[in-house]
Amino acid sequence: MLEIQDICRRFTTPDGAVVRALEDVSLTIREHEIISLVGTSGCGKSTLLRLLSGLDHPTEGLVQLDGRTVDKPSPEIGMVFQEPRLLPWLTVTDNVGVALLDTPKTEKAERVAAVLEKVGLTKFADALPRQLSGGMAQRVAIARALVRRPSILLMDEPFSALDSFTKQTLQDHVLDLWRDESFTVVLVTHDLEEAVTLSDRVVVMRGNPGRIDRVVEIDSKRPRDRTSDAVQSLKRDLTAALHLN
Amino acid sequence: MAVLDDIKETIGLRSDHTTGGAASRGSSLLPGRGTLLGFALPLGLVALWQVASATGFADPQLLPAPGEVLGEIVALWQSGDLVEHIAVTMGRVAGGFLWGAVAATVLGILTGTSTWARQFLDPTIQALKAVPSLAWVPLFILWFGIFEDSKLMLIAVGVFFPVYLNLMTAIRDVDRKLIELARVNGLSRWQTVRWVLLPATLPAYVTGLRGGLALGWMFVVAAELMGASEGLGFLMIDGQMTGRPAIIIGALILFAIAGQITDKLLWLATRKPLAWQDTLDSLEGGRNNA
Repeated sequence: MLEIQDICRRFTTPDGAVVRALEDVSLTIREHEIISLVGTSGCGKSTLLRLLSGLDHPTEGLVQLDGRTVDKPSPEIGMVFQEPRLLPWLTVTDNVGVALLDTPKTEKAERVAAVLEKVGLTKFADALPRQLSGGMAQRVAIARALVRRPSILLMDEPFSALDSFTKQTLQDHVLDLWRDESFTVVLVTHDLEEAVTLSDRVVVMRGNPGRIDRVVEIDSKRPRDRTSDAVQSLKRDLTAALHLN
Repeated sequence: MAVLDDIKETIGLRSDHTTGGAASRGSSLLPGRGTLLGFALPLGLVALWQVASATGFADPQLLPAPGEVLGEIVALWQSGDLVEHIAVTMGRVAGGFLWGAVAATVLGILTGTSTWARQFLDPTIQALKAVPSLAWVPLFILWFGIFEDSKLMLIAVGVFFPVYLNLMTAIRDVDRKLIELARVNGLSRWQTVRWVLLPATLPAYVTGLRGGLALGWMFVVAAELMGASEGLGFLMIDGQMTGRPAIIIGALILFAIAGQITDKLLWLATRKPLAWQDTLDSLEGGRNNA
Protein backbone atom coordinates (compact mmCIF):
# COMPACT_ATOMS: atom_id res chain seq x y z
CA MET A 1 0.00 0.00 0.00
CA LEU A 2 1.35 3.40 -1.03
CA GLU A 3 0.22 6.21 1.21
CA ILE A 4 0.47 9.88 0.38
CA GLN A 5 -0.12 11.90 3.54
CA ASP A 6 -0.83 15.63 3.47
CA ILE A 7 1.85 16.43 0.97
CA CYS A 8 2.95 19.92 0.01
CA ARG A 9 5.68 20.63 -2.51
CA ARG A 10 6.80 24.19 -3.01
CA PHE A 11 9.50 25.46 -5.35
CA THR A 12 11.23 28.78 -5.05
CA THR A 13 11.93 30.41 -8.40
CA PRO A 14 15.25 32.25 -8.89
CA ASP A 15 13.51 35.60 -8.39
CA GLY A 16 12.18 34.49 -5.03
CA ALA A 17 8.57 33.69 -5.88
CA VAL A 18 7.13 30.54 -4.29
CA VAL A 19 5.33 28.10 -6.58
CA ARG A 20 2.91 25.78 -4.82
CA ALA A 21 3.17 22.74 -7.08
CA LEU A 22 1.24 20.52 -4.65
CA GLU A 23 -0.87 21.54 -1.69
CA ASP A 24 -2.48 19.20 0.86
CA VAL A 25 -2.50 16.12 -1.32
CA SER A 26 -3.51 12.86 0.33
CA LEU A 27 -4.21 9.59 -1.42
CA THR A 28 -4.01 5.90 -0.58
CA ILE A 29 -3.06 3.63 -3.44
CA ARG A 30 -4.12 0.04 -2.90
CA GLU A 31 -2.12 -3.01 -3.80
CA HIS A 32 -2.41 -4.24 -7.39
CA GLU A 33 -4.42 -1.22 -8.39
CA ILE A 34 -4.05 0.81 -11.57
CA ILE A 35 -4.45 4.46 -10.83
CA SER A 36 -4.20 7.32 -13.30
CA LEU A 37 -3.32 10.91 -12.56
CA VAL A 38 -4.86 13.30 -15.05
CA GLY A 39 -5.11 17.06 -15.26
CA THR A 40 -4.09 20.04 -17.31
CA SER A 41 -0.39 20.77 -17.58
CA GLY A 42 1.01 22.42 -14.48
CA CYS A 43 -1.45 20.67 -12.16
CA GLY A 44 1.37 18.89 -10.34
CA LYS A 45 0.79 15.33 -11.57
CA SER A 46 4.38 14.81 -12.69
CA THR A 47 5.65 16.43 -9.51
CA LEU A 48 3.55 13.96 -7.51
CA LEU A 49 4.98 11.04 -9.47
CA ARG A 50 8.53 12.24 -8.81
CA LEU A 51 7.76 12.38 -5.09
CA LEU A 52 6.47 8.80 -5.25
CA SER A 53 9.66 7.70 -7.03
CA GLY A 54 11.89 9.15 -4.36
CA LEU A 55 13.68 11.37 -6.90
CA ASP A 56 12.17 14.43 -5.24
CA HIS A 57 11.10 15.15 -1.66
CA PRO A 58 7.94 16.77 -0.33
CA THR A 59 8.27 20.12 1.44
CA GLU A 60 5.71 18.85 3.95
CA GLY A 61 4.04 15.50 4.47
CA LEU A 62 5.09 11.92 3.85
CA VAL A 63 5.08 9.24 1.20
CA GLN A 64 5.00 5.77 2.73
CA LEU A 65 5.28 2.39 1.08
CA ASP A 66 4.05 -0.39 3.39
CA GLY A 67 4.81 1.80 6.39
CA ARG A 68 8.32 2.83 5.30
CA THR A 69 9.03 6.39 4.23
CA VAL A 70 10.05 6.82 0.59
CA ASP A 71 12.93 9.28 0.57
CA LYS A 72 15.13 7.91 -2.18
CA PRO A 73 14.75 5.65 -5.23
CA SER A 74 14.44 1.98 -4.28
CA PRO A 75 14.14 -1.35 -6.12
CA GLU A 76 10.57 -1.55 -4.78
CA ILE A 77 9.57 1.29 -7.06
CA GLY A 78 10.09 1.10 -10.82
CA MET A 79 9.86 4.10 -13.11
CA VAL A 80 9.12 4.47 -16.82
CA PHE A 81 9.64 7.92 -18.27
CA GLN A 82 7.97 9.64 -21.19
CA GLU A 83 11.02 8.94 -23.36
CA PRO A 84 12.71 5.51 -23.19
CA ARG A 85 15.99 6.91 -21.81
CA LEU A 86 18.03 4.02 -23.13
CA LEU A 87 21.80 4.27 -23.03
CA PRO A 88 22.70 4.38 -26.73
CA TRP A 89 26.06 2.63 -26.19
CA LEU A 90 24.54 -0.49 -24.63
CA THR A 91 22.66 -3.38 -26.22
CA VAL A 92 19.06 -4.07 -25.22
CA THR A 93 20.26 -6.75 -22.78
CA ASP A 94 22.78 -4.42 -21.14
CA ASN A 95 20.28 -1.58 -20.99
CA VAL A 96 17.96 -3.78 -18.95
CA GLY A 97 20.94 -5.14 -16.99
CA VAL A 98 21.82 -1.64 -15.83
CA ALA A 99 18.95 -1.96 -13.35
CA LEU A 100 20.60 -5.07 -11.84
CA LEU A 101 24.25 -4.04 -11.57
CA ASP A 102 24.60 -5.40 -8.05
CA THR A 103 23.02 -8.76 -8.86
CA PRO A 104 25.28 -11.82 -9.41
CA LYS A 105 26.08 -12.41 -13.07
CA THR A 106 24.15 -15.60 -13.75
CA GLU A 107 21.06 -14.48 -11.88
CA LYS A 108 21.19 -11.17 -13.70
CA ALA A 109 21.43 -12.86 -17.10
CA GLU A 110 18.48 -15.11 -16.29
CA ARG A 111 16.29 -12.31 -15.03
CA VAL A 112 17.09 -10.05 -17.99
CA ALA A 113 16.39 -12.85 -20.47
CA ALA A 114 13.11 -13.65 -18.72
CA VAL A 115 11.87 -10.07 -18.72
CA LEU A 116 12.86 -9.58 -22.38
CA GLU A 117 10.86 -12.68 -23.21
CA LYS A 118 7.93 -11.19 -21.35
CA VAL A 119 7.99 -7.95 -23.36
CA GLY A 120 8.58 -9.91 -26.58
CA LEU A 121 12.06 -8.61 -27.35
CA THR A 122 14.14 -11.79 -27.05
CA LYS A 123 15.07 -11.56 -30.73
CA PHE A 124 16.44 -8.06 -30.23
CA ALA A 125 18.49 -8.78 -27.12
CA ASP A 126 21.72 -7.81 -28.88
CA ALA A 127 20.36 -4.85 -30.83
CA LEU A 128 21.47 -1.30 -30.11
CA PRO A 129 18.85 1.34 -29.22
CA ARG A 130 19.29 3.11 -32.56
CA GLN A 131 18.05 -0.04 -34.31
CA LEU A 132 14.74 -0.06 -32.39
CA SER A 133 11.43 1.56 -33.23
CA GLY A 134 9.88 3.92 -30.70
CA GLY A 135 7.48 1.25 -29.42
CA MET A 136 10.25 -1.31 -28.99
CA ALA A 137 12.47 1.18 -27.19
CA GLN A 138 9.67 1.94 -24.74
CA ARG A 139 9.19 -1.80 -24.16
CA VAL A 140 12.87 -2.04 -23.26
CA ALA A 141 12.30 0.78 -20.78
CA ILE A 142 9.35 -1.13 -19.29
CA ALA A 143 11.47 -4.29 -19.10
CA ARG A 144 14.21 -2.36 -17.31
CA ALA A 145 11.69 -1.10 -14.75
CA LEU A 146 10.17 -4.55 -14.24
CA VAL A 147 13.43 -6.52 -14.00
CA ARG A 148 13.89 -5.28 -10.44
CA ARG A 149 10.50 -6.82 -9.57
CA PRO A 150 9.03 -3.63 -8.14
CA SER A 151 5.80 -3.62 -6.21
CA ILE A 152 4.96 -0.21 -7.68
CA LEU A 153 5.39 0.76 -11.33
CA LEU A 154 5.34 4.50 -11.91
CA MET A 155 4.75 5.66 -15.47
CA ASP A 156 5.10 9.27 -16.59
CA GLU A 157 3.14 9.67 -19.84
CA PRO A 158 4.84 6.54 -21.16
CA PHE A 159 2.85 6.24 -24.38
CA SER A 160 2.45 9.89 -25.31
CA ALA A 161 5.26 9.92 -27.88
CA LEU A 162 3.95 6.87 -29.77
CA ASP A 163 1.59 6.66 -32.72
CA SER A 164 -1.96 5.62 -31.77
CA PHE A 165 -1.61 2.07 -33.06
CA THR A 166 1.64 1.31 -31.21
CA LYS A 167 0.18 3.06 -28.19
CA GLN A 168 -2.84 0.73 -27.97
CA THR A 169 -0.66 -2.35 -28.48
CA LEU A 170 1.61 -1.24 -25.68
CA GLN A 171 -1.28 -0.36 -23.35
CA ASP A 172 -2.69 -3.87 -23.82
CA HIS A 173 0.77 -5.26 -23.24
CA VAL A 174 1.19 -3.41 -19.96
CA LEU A 175 -2.25 -4.63 -18.91
CA ASP A 176 -1.16 -8.24 -19.62
CA LEU A 177 2.02 -7.80 -17.60
CA TRP A 178 0.04 -6.24 -14.76
CA ARG A 179 -2.36 -9.19 -14.74
CA ASP A 180 0.48 -11.73 -14.60
CA GLU A 181 2.53 -9.96 -11.95
CA SER A 182 1.29 -8.36 -8.81
CA PHE A 183 2.53 -4.81 -9.11
CA THR A 184 0.59 -1.60 -8.67
CA VAL A 185 0.56 0.97 -11.48
CA VAL A 186 0.53 4.74 -11.07
CA LEU A 187 0.13 6.30 -14.49
CA VAL A 188 0.44 9.97 -15.31
CA THR A 189 -1.34 10.72 -18.57
CA HIS A 190 -3.08 13.48 -20.46
CA ASP A 191 -4.92 10.94 -22.58
CA LEU A 192 -8.33 10.50 -20.92
CA GLU A 193 -9.24 7.48 -23.04
CA GLU A 194 -6.06 5.80 -21.85
CA ALA A 195 -6.93 6.63 -18.24
CA VAL A 196 -10.47 5.28 -18.58
CA THR A 197 -9.45 2.11 -20.43
CA LEU A 198 -6.74 1.09 -17.98
CA SER A 199 -7.53 2.37 -14.51
CA ASP A 200 -9.38 1.29 -11.41
CA ARG A 201 -9.42 4.91 -10.34
CA VAL A 202 -8.77 8.15 -12.15
CA VAL A 203 -7.46 10.99 -10.01
CA VAL A 204 -8.34 14.37 -11.50
CA MET A 205 -5.94 17.07 -10.41
CA ARG A 206 -6.39 20.82 -10.49
CA GLY A 207 -3.54 23.25 -10.81
CA ASN A 208 -2.27 26.34 -9.03
CA PRO A 209 -1.88 25.21 -6.34
CA GLY A 210 -1.82 21.54 -7.35
CA ARG A 211 -4.62 19.64 -5.60
CA ILE A 212 -6.73 16.55 -6.09
CA ASP A 213 -10.04 17.71 -7.51
CA ARG A 214 -11.88 14.41 -7.54
CA VAL A 215 -11.32 10.67 -7.73
CA VAL A 216 -13.40 8.68 -10.20
CA GLU A 217 -13.86 4.94 -9.59
CA ILE A 218 -14.22 2.69 -12.61
CA ASP A 219 -15.20 -0.84 -11.72
CA SER A 220 -15.97 -2.45 -15.07
CA LYS A 221 -13.91 -5.46 -16.10
CA ARG A 222 -10.71 -5.22 -18.15
CA PRO A 223 -9.83 -5.39 -21.00
CA ARG A 224 -12.25 -2.61 -21.84
CA ASP A 225 -13.40 -1.82 -25.34
CA ARG A 226 -12.16 1.68 -26.13
CA THR A 227 -15.12 2.34 -28.42
CA SER A 228 -17.80 1.15 -25.97
CA ASP A 229 -20.43 3.60 -24.72
CA ALA A 230 -19.32 3.15 -21.12
CA VAL A 231 -15.73 4.17 -21.88
CA GLN A 232 -16.73 7.02 -24.16
CA SER A 233 -19.27 8.46 -21.71
CA LEU A 234 -16.75 8.31 -18.85
CA LYS A 235 -14.26 10.05 -21.08
CA ARG A 236 -16.83 12.79 -21.77
CA ASP A 237 -17.49 13.21 -18.04
CA LEU A 238 -13.78 13.53 -17.33
CA THR A 239 -13.31 16.02 -20.15
CA ALA A 240 -16.09 18.10 -18.65
CA ALA A 241 -14.52 17.83 -15.21
CA LEU A 242 -11.16 19.02 -16.54
CA HIS A 243 -12.73 21.95 -18.34
CA LEU A 244 -14.37 23.10 -15.14
CA ASN A 245 -10.89 23.77 -13.80
CA MET B 1 -2.68 -6.64 -34.33
CA ALA B 2 0.37 -7.55 -32.32
CA VAL B 3 1.63 -9.63 -35.23
CA LEU B 4 1.19 -6.74 -37.60
CA ASP B 5 2.99 -4.51 -35.19
CA ASP B 6 5.86 -6.93 -34.99
CA ILE B 7 6.10 -7.11 -38.76
CA LYS B 8 6.13 -3.35 -38.95
CA GLU B 9 8.84 -3.18 -36.36
CA THR B 10 10.84 -5.92 -38.01
CA ILE B 11 10.75 -4.04 -41.29
CA GLY B 12 11.83 -0.91 -39.47
CA LEU B 13 14.68 -2.85 -37.95
CA ARG B 14 15.71 -4.37 -41.27
CA SER B 15 16.15 -1.01 -42.90
CA ASP B 16 18.33 -0.09 -39.94
CA HIS B 17 20.32 -3.25 -40.43
CA THR B 18 21.25 -2.24 -43.95
CA THR B 19 22.79 0.95 -42.66
CA GLY B 20 24.56 -1.02 -39.93
CA GLY B 21 25.82 -3.35 -42.64
CA ALA B 22 27.19 -0.44 -44.59
CA ALA B 23 29.02 0.70 -41.50
CA SER B 24 30.62 -2.68 -40.93
CA ARG B 25 31.56 -2.96 -44.60
CA GLY B 26 33.13 0.45 -44.49
CA SER B 27 35.12 -0.34 -41.40
CA SER B 28 37.04 -3.14 -43.08
CA LEU B 29 40.61 -2.06 -43.64
CA LEU B 30 40.59 -2.62 -47.39
CA PRO B 31 40.42 0.69 -49.22
CA GLY B 32 36.95 1.29 -50.61
CA ARG B 33 35.87 3.44 -53.51
CA GLY B 34 35.63 6.44 -51.20
CA THR B 35 39.27 6.09 -50.14
CA LEU B 36 40.49 5.86 -53.71
CA LEU B 37 38.59 9.03 -54.50
CA GLY B 38 40.54 10.72 -51.74
CA PHE B 39 43.81 9.95 -53.53
CA ALA B 40 42.63 11.60 -56.76
CA LEU B 41 43.36 15.19 -55.77
CA PRO B 42 46.92 14.73 -54.39
CA LEU B 43 47.87 12.51 -57.35
CA GLY B 44 46.45 15.11 -59.72
CA LEU B 45 48.48 17.83 -58.02
CA VAL B 46 51.64 15.76 -58.30
CA ALA B 47 50.92 15.27 -62.00
CA LEU B 48 50.47 19.03 -62.46
CA TRP B 49 53.68 19.59 -60.52
CA GLN B 50 55.51 17.15 -62.79
CA VAL B 51 54.17 18.92 -65.88
CA ALA B 52 55.21 22.32 -64.49
CA SER B 53 58.73 21.04 -63.82
CA ALA B 54 59.08 19.25 -67.17
CA THR B 55 57.97 22.29 -69.16
CA GLY B 56 60.30 24.56 -67.22
CA PHE B 57 57.36 26.55 -65.87
CA ALA B 58 58.61 25.92 -62.31
CA ASP B 59 62.07 27.19 -61.32
CA PRO B 60 64.03 24.07 -60.20
CA GLN B 61 65.87 26.25 -57.62
CA LEU B 62 62.55 26.89 -55.90
CA LEU B 63 60.38 23.92 -56.84
CA PRO B 64 62.34 20.84 -57.85
CA ALA B 65 60.63 18.07 -59.79
CA PRO B 66 58.75 15.34 -57.87
CA GLY B 67 61.38 12.80 -58.86
CA GLU B 68 64.14 14.89 -57.33
CA VAL B 69 62.23 15.22 -54.03
CA LEU B 70 61.68 11.48 -53.97
CA GLY B 71 65.37 10.97 -54.72
CA GLU B 72 66.38 13.12 -51.75
CA ILE B 73 64.04 11.20 -49.43
CA VAL B 74 65.34 7.86 -50.67
CA ALA B 75 68.93 9.00 -50.22
CA LEU B 76 68.24 10.13 -46.68
CA TRP B 77 66.47 6.87 -46.02
CA GLN B 78 69.38 4.82 -47.29
CA SER B 79 71.85 6.73 -45.13
CA GLY B 80 69.71 5.90 -42.10
CA ASP B 81 69.36 9.58 -41.19
CA LEU B 82 65.72 9.77 -42.15
CA VAL B 83 64.63 7.04 -39.75
CA GLU B 84 66.52 8.82 -37.01
CA HIS B 85 64.87 12.18 -37.76
CA ILE B 86 61.40 10.68 -37.95
CA ALA B 87 61.91 8.73 -34.73
CA VAL B 88 63.07 11.83 -32.87
CA THR B 89 60.12 13.92 -34.06
CA MET B 90 57.63 11.13 -33.33
CA GLY B 91 59.12 10.74 -29.86
CA ARG B 92 58.67 14.45 -29.15
CA VAL B 93 55.07 14.43 -30.34
CA ALA B 94 54.32 11.29 -28.32
CA GLY B 95 55.91 12.65 -25.15
CA GLY B 96 54.26 16.06 -25.42
CA PHE B 97 50.93 14.50 -26.32
CA LEU B 98 51.09 12.19 -23.32
CA TRP B 99 51.85 14.96 -20.84
CA GLY B 100 49.34 17.36 -22.35
CA ALA B 101 46.57 14.79 -22.63
CA VAL B 102 47.06 13.44 -19.10
CA ALA B 103 47.03 16.91 -17.56
CA ALA B 104 43.98 17.90 -19.63
CA THR B 105 42.12 14.72 -18.68
CA VAL B 106 42.71 15.16 -14.96
CA LEU B 107 41.77 18.85 -14.97
CA GLY B 108 38.87 18.33 -17.38
CA ILE B 109 37.34 15.67 -15.15
CA LEU B 110 37.82 17.90 -12.13
CA THR B 111 36.22 21.01 -13.62
CA GLY B 112 33.57 18.98 -15.43
CA THR B 113 32.30 17.18 -12.36
CA SER B 114 32.78 19.75 -9.61
CA THR B 115 31.21 23.18 -9.73
CA TRP B 116 33.67 24.37 -7.13
CA ALA B 117 36.68 23.21 -9.13
CA ARG B 118 35.27 24.82 -12.25
CA GLN B 119 34.70 28.16 -10.59
CA PHE B 120 38.17 27.99 -9.05
CA LEU B 121 40.24 26.70 -12.00
CA ASP B 122 38.42 27.31 -15.25
CA PRO B 123 38.76 31.12 -15.48
CA THR B 124 42.55 30.80 -15.12
CA ILE B 125 42.75 28.03 -17.70
CA GLN B 126 40.59 30.02 -20.11
CA ALA B 127 42.83 33.06 -19.60
CA LEU B 128 45.94 30.96 -20.32
CA LYS B 129 44.24 29.68 -23.45
CA ALA B 130 44.08 33.26 -24.70
CA VAL B 131 47.89 33.42 -24.72
CA PRO B 132 49.03 32.39 -28.22
CA SER B 133 50.84 29.16 -27.50
CA LEU B 134 53.99 30.14 -29.39
CA ALA B 135 54.32 33.13 -27.10
CA TRP B 136 55.44 30.69 -24.42
CA VAL B 137 58.57 29.84 -26.36
CA PRO B 138 60.96 32.46 -24.85
CA LEU B 139 59.85 31.64 -21.33
CA PHE B 140 60.08 27.88 -21.80
CA ILE B 141 63.59 28.20 -23.26
CA LEU B 142 64.58 30.34 -20.31
CA TRP B 143 63.05 27.90 -17.82
CA PHE B 144 63.72 24.53 -19.39
CA GLY B 145 66.71 25.20 -21.65
CA ILE B 146 66.92 24.77 -25.39
CA PHE B 147 66.92 20.98 -25.33
CA GLU B 148 64.15 18.43 -25.00
CA ASP B 149 62.26 19.73 -21.95
CA SER B 150 61.22 23.04 -23.46
CA LYS B 151 60.11 21.29 -26.66
CA LEU B 152 58.00 18.71 -24.80
CA MET B 153 56.49 21.48 -22.70
CA LEU B 154 55.50 23.50 -25.75
CA ILE B 155 53.90 20.51 -27.45
CA ALA B 156 52.11 19.57 -24.22
CA VAL B 157 50.64 23.09 -24.00
CA GLY B 158 49.35 22.78 -27.55
CA VAL B 159 47.77 19.39 -26.88
CA PHE B 160 46.26 20.45 -23.57
CA PHE B 161 43.59 22.95 -24.60
CA PRO B 162 41.48 21.04 -27.14
CA VAL B 163 41.49 17.96 -24.92
CA TYR B 164 40.61 19.92 -21.80
CA LEU B 165 37.86 22.00 -23.39
CA ASN B 166 36.20 19.07 -25.14
CA LEU B 167 36.24 16.87 -22.06
CA MET B 168 34.98 19.50 -19.64
CA THR B 169 32.18 20.59 -21.96
CA ALA B 170 31.20 17.00 -22.69
CA ILE B 171 30.95 16.11 -19.00
CA ARG B 172 28.84 19.18 -18.33
CA ASP B 173 26.62 18.44 -21.32
CA VAL B 174 25.72 14.87 -20.32
CA ASP B 175 21.94 14.53 -20.48
CA ARG B 176 20.51 15.18 -17.02
CA LYS B 177 17.79 12.64 -17.83
CA LEU B 178 20.34 9.85 -18.07
CA ILE B 179 21.80 10.81 -14.70
CA GLU B 180 18.28 10.67 -13.28
CA LEU B 181 17.84 7.25 -14.84
CA ALA B 182 21.00 6.11 -13.06
CA ARG B 183 19.57 7.40 -9.77
CA VAL B 184 16.24 5.61 -10.26
CA ASN B 185 18.11 2.38 -10.85
CA GLY B 186 20.24 2.80 -7.76
CA LEU B 187 23.60 3.23 -9.49
CA SER B 188 26.41 4.30 -7.20
CA ARG B 189 28.61 7.29 -8.03
CA TRP B 190 31.26 5.07 -9.54
CA GLN B 191 28.69 3.00 -11.46
CA THR B 192 27.21 6.20 -12.88
CA VAL B 193 30.66 7.23 -14.10
CA ARG B 194 31.36 3.79 -15.55
CA TRP B 195 28.01 3.21 -17.27
CA VAL B 196 26.78 6.71 -18.11
CA LEU B 197 29.32 9.53 -17.86
CA LEU B 198 32.31 7.82 -19.43
CA PRO B 199 30.60 6.45 -22.54
CA ALA B 200 28.60 9.65 -22.99
CA THR B 201 31.71 11.85 -22.96
CA LEU B 202 33.93 9.53 -24.98
CA PRO B 203 33.03 10.87 -28.47
CA ALA B 204 33.85 14.47 -27.55
CA TYR B 205 36.94 13.34 -25.67
CA VAL B 206 38.23 11.50 -28.73
CA THR B 207 37.53 14.58 -30.86
CA GLY B 208 39.59 16.56 -28.35
CA LEU B 209 42.42 14.03 -28.46
CA ARG B 210 42.52 14.12 -32.23
CA GLY B 211 42.48 17.92 -32.25
CA GLY B 212 45.23 17.88 -29.62
CA LEU B 213 47.31 15.49 -31.67
CA ALA B 214 47.01 17.76 -34.72
CA LEU B 215 48.20 20.69 -32.62
CA GLY B 216 50.99 18.51 -31.25
CA TRP B 217 52.28 18.09 -34.80
CA MET B 218 51.97 21.79 -35.38
CA PHE B 219 53.96 22.61 -32.29
CA VAL B 220 56.67 20.06 -32.85
CA VAL B 221 57.56 21.92 -36.02
CA ALA B 222 57.70 25.20 -34.12
CA ALA B 223 59.81 23.58 -31.44
CA GLU B 224 62.21 22.08 -33.95
CA LEU B 225 62.45 25.24 -36.01
CA MET B 226 63.53 27.21 -32.96
CA GLY B 227 66.58 25.09 -32.45
CA ALA B 228 67.24 21.40 -32.81
CA SER B 229 69.93 19.14 -34.18
CA GLU B 230 67.60 16.31 -35.15
CA GLY B 231 64.04 15.83 -36.32
CA LEU B 232 61.96 16.60 -39.38
CA GLY B 233 61.77 20.27 -38.43
CA PHE B 234 65.56 20.43 -38.22
CA LEU B 235 65.68 18.79 -41.65
CA MET B 236 63.62 21.65 -43.05
CA ILE B 237 65.85 24.32 -41.50
CA ASP B 238 68.86 22.42 -42.80
CA GLY B 239 67.35 22.38 -46.29
CA GLN B 240 66.72 26.09 -46.09
CA MET B 241 70.27 26.87 -44.88
CA THR B 242 71.88 24.73 -47.56
CA GLY B 243 69.51 25.84 -50.30
CA ARG B 244 67.98 22.45 -50.99
CA PRO B 245 64.23 22.91 -51.52
CA ALA B 246 63.83 19.20 -52.26
CA ILE B 247 64.62 18.45 -48.61
CA ILE B 248 62.12 21.01 -47.35
CA ILE B 249 59.37 19.67 -49.58
CA GLY B 250 60.27 16.11 -48.68
CA ALA B 251 60.00 16.93 -44.96
CA LEU B 252 56.68 18.65 -45.56
CA ILE B 253 55.29 15.54 -47.20
CA LEU B 254 56.65 13.35 -44.42
CA PHE B 255 54.92 15.57 -41.85
CA ALA B 256 51.64 15.14 -43.70
CA ILE B 257 52.06 11.37 -43.82
CA ALA B 258 53.13 11.05 -40.18
CA GLY B 259 50.26 13.25 -39.00
CA GLN B 260 47.78 11.19 -40.98
CA ILE B 261 49.14 7.91 -39.68
CA THR B 262 49.05 8.91 -36.01
CA ASP B 263 45.56 10.35 -36.37
CA LYS B 264 44.44 7.16 -38.07
CA LEU B 265 45.93 5.07 -35.27
CA LEU B 266 44.05 7.11 -32.68
CA TRP B 267 40.88 6.70 -34.69
CA LEU B 268 41.38 2.95 -34.97
CA ALA B 269 42.00 2.63 -31.25
CA THR B 270 38.78 4.43 -30.38
CA ARG B 271 36.58 3.17 -33.18
CA LYS B 272 35.23 0.15 -31.35
CA PRO B 273 34.02 1.84 -28.17
CA LEU B 274 32.36 4.49 -30.34
CA ALA B 275 30.66 2.09 -32.75
CA TRP B 276 27.27 2.71 -31.11
CA GLN B 277 27.05 6.26 -32.42
CA ASP B 278 24.11 6.89 -34.71
CA THR B 279 25.75 9.47 -36.91
CA LEU B 280 25.88 10.44 -40.53
CA ASP B 281 29.37 8.99 -40.48
CA SER B 282 28.08 5.52 -39.60
CA LEU B 283 25.54 5.81 -42.42
CA GLU B 284 28.20 6.68 -44.93
CA GLY B 285 30.40 3.81 -43.91
CA GLY B 286 32.49 5.33 -41.15
CA ARG B 287 35.47 6.22 -43.30
CA ASN B 288 34.96 9.89 -43.90
CA ASN B 289 36.17 10.85 -40.50
CA ALA B 290 39.20 8.62 -40.71
